[in-house]
Amino acid sequence: MADARRVISVIVINEASVLSRVTDLFSGRGYNIESLTVAPVPDSKYSRLTIVTSGSIRVSEQIVKQLHKLIPVLKVYEHADLVEKEMALVKFPVNESLSDISALAAAYNGSIVNVGDETIIVMVADEPKRVNNFLNLVKRYHPKEIVRSGSVALER
Amino acid sequence: MQMSGAQMVIEALIAEGVDTVFGYPGGAIMNVYDEIYKQDGFEHILTRHEQASVHAAEGYAKASGKVGVAMITSGPGFTNAVTGLADAYMDSIPLVVISGQVPMSLIGTDAFQEIDAVGISRSCTKHNYLVTDASELPRILKEAFYIAASGRPGPVHIDIPKDVTAQVAEFDYSRPIELETYKPTVKGNARQIKKAVDVIVKAKRPLFYLGGGIINSNASEEVRRFVKMTGIPAVETFMARGTLRYDDKLLISMLGMHGSYAANMAMSETDLVIALGARFDDRVTGKLSEFAKNADVIHVDIDPASISKLVHANFPIVGDVKGVVTAMMELIADKVNASRYEPWLETIANFEKLHPLSYQEEKDVIKPQWVVERIGELLGDRANISTDVGQHQMWAAQFYPFTRARQFVSSGGLGTMGFGFPAAMGVKRADMDRVSINITGDGSILMNIQELMTAVENKLPVINVILNNQYLGMVRQWQTLFYDKRHSSTDLSAGQPNFTMLVESFGGVGYEVGTKAEFDAALKDAVEKNVVALINVSVARLENVMPMVPSGGSLFNMMLASKEK
Repeated sequence: MADARRVISVIVINEASVLSRVTDLFSGRGYNIESLTVAPVPDSKYSRLTIVTSGSIRVSEQIVKQLHKLIPVLKVYEHADLVEKEMALVKFPVNESLSDISALAAAYNGSIVNVGDETIIVMVADEPKRVNNFLNLVKRYHPKEIVRSGSVALER
Repeated sequence: MQMSGAQMVIEALIAEGVDTVFGYPGGAIMNVYDEIYKQDGFEHILTRHEQASVHAAEGYAKASGKVGVAMITSGPGFTNAVTGLADAYMDSIPLVVISGQVPMSLIGTDAFQEIDAVGISRSCTKHNYLVTDASELPRILKEAFYIAASGRPGPVHIDIPKDVTAQVAEFDYSRPIELETYKPTVKGNARQIKKAVDVIVKAKRPLFYLGGGIINSNASEEVRRFVKMTGIPAVETFMARGTLRYDDKLLISMLGMHGSYAANMAMSETDLVIALGARFDDRVTGKLSEFAKNADVIHVDIDPASISKLVHANFPIVGDVKGVVTAMMELIADKVNASRYEPWLETIANFEKLHPLSYQEEKDVIKPQWVVERIGELLGDRANISTDVGQHQMWAAQFYPFTRARQFVSSGGLGTMGFGFPAAMGVKRADMDRVSINITGDGSILMNIQELMTAVENKLPVINVILNNQYLGMVRQWQTLFYDKRHSSTDLSAGQPNFTMLVESFGGVGYEVGTKAEFDAALKDAVEKNVVALINVSVARLENVMPMVPSGGSLFNMMLASKEK
């Protein structure tokens, strides 16, 4: 199998410089990071990183093993059967068709989350592929700014 | 007990059984040096450059099997030490390197002699720490020694801000280490071991591929017994030299880029590679797709990431070589019949007869390989051999009659010129009863020549044997072979110091050698006098290291001899 998209979760001790250890490993060994999210695991001393990367099976096996070698890393999973979600925020001018935008957002688990004098902000939360679709669809409404959160994932 | 951070460093080093620290003081580490002055639990050896502190600690660690310790100051002190950290990281050498840092209040302000040390060392250490509170120091120091020595060994760096070394806190070194995220697998999986033994018994042309992990694991005795018991031939990596005795009938030789023809052919013809603590480095494998093409691979390594990284392992075994080999011997005991390998051993013997490791003597000039062999004849087991990096290093690995593990100390992975002399000081310090020889070149020796002062001052009588061809020989060899003889910046004939005057100005002894008789006399004199010495041997200028697998070529396509004109 050639370079497939891979989602890896890493549980690390929540301490200074642990994120650099992980990202340095990727850059130092020439692995690619498509997206990276980090947040503390509730009620623990750990944080969870979700990394989206791409590569052959051999490369991803190496990534998993190398991540494991880092001292503050507790667990590494490469997801096979997972639920994956990503959030996006998009800013539109108010003079666009707000009802159309709102209806589209609703179809992607989203809504208008902020209304200003000149712009509105829409939030959607869905699978990364569907977020792509949404962003394609709304191009016609002249989005001024787009921000994506990167993926979070859980094994089923 | 309440004490300062600086005192904690001293107490921890003593508790860890450290008897030697190599280092160089400076502003940010002064509190610790003040405590070093007051104590007598260990000796501090002042090198003349921080890079040499770390290389000396590496040599000490490699020769003794203990954790080497180096101490340096912040900023340039630390950056000078980085090459040593990287070298130890590549060759899996257990070190604890302690650096001073500017006070916490100044971190991030571009203060005098401030550099982001842990940021720099992150990618060339097994682990590192920035200590932000003295109360953390006992735990961190203890963890550092444990992490450095356990699993796949490596350097651990501890960066301590100056105010933390002055801060007073509780010191209790008896607390057990709790590292729930770090638990190296030491014991090999029994089922995997059994499977491996089953294929070993069935193989027709099996081959041991012995790596440096055997030496780290102190498993050379077990491996010697295993090889003898099975009657299976073995090749050694550069890092594994000395695992088997040079005269062991089952030892073919070193394999790889400058390995012997027979070793590389055996690897190409084998049907079962039994890799013990080796990591399939590119200098060993040559072209990967052609490496051991007809073979299944058993790979025993304590580092899971080394298994199937480059060559797929059919039978991976994560664990400490010593234990795994012991378990294998129990299972295999009466199952192998060494005579079944006779045709295979004959094949190998024929390869060996066809192209043995050899060189052509010439009348009026000393061949560098002869010097290595001659040191072996005169000193043999009595010497520990360090090297720098280049042609002399390969000749040392090819021609020295190694008899034991930890006899050979050299920079394999990183290939650090300037490693040999300081490392040889560390080796001497760890093994005072043996002669410490640094086989070096006229290029490499100048890369840490200031250590003559350290060696003389601290009575560490290292004998440096310079195989002087007035070239950066290995680079010249590649220029000759692959760059149409354009010897760009490698001819040193117009750039030679007077080595005898040089060493004598530091208080050592120099010898100029142009004949074999002079070499014998010089080496004997230096050993007898037990002094720091430079033996400058004029050798054949255009000798190349042969045989050779060109970079990226297949092991079975070796260049066998070439004469430069």
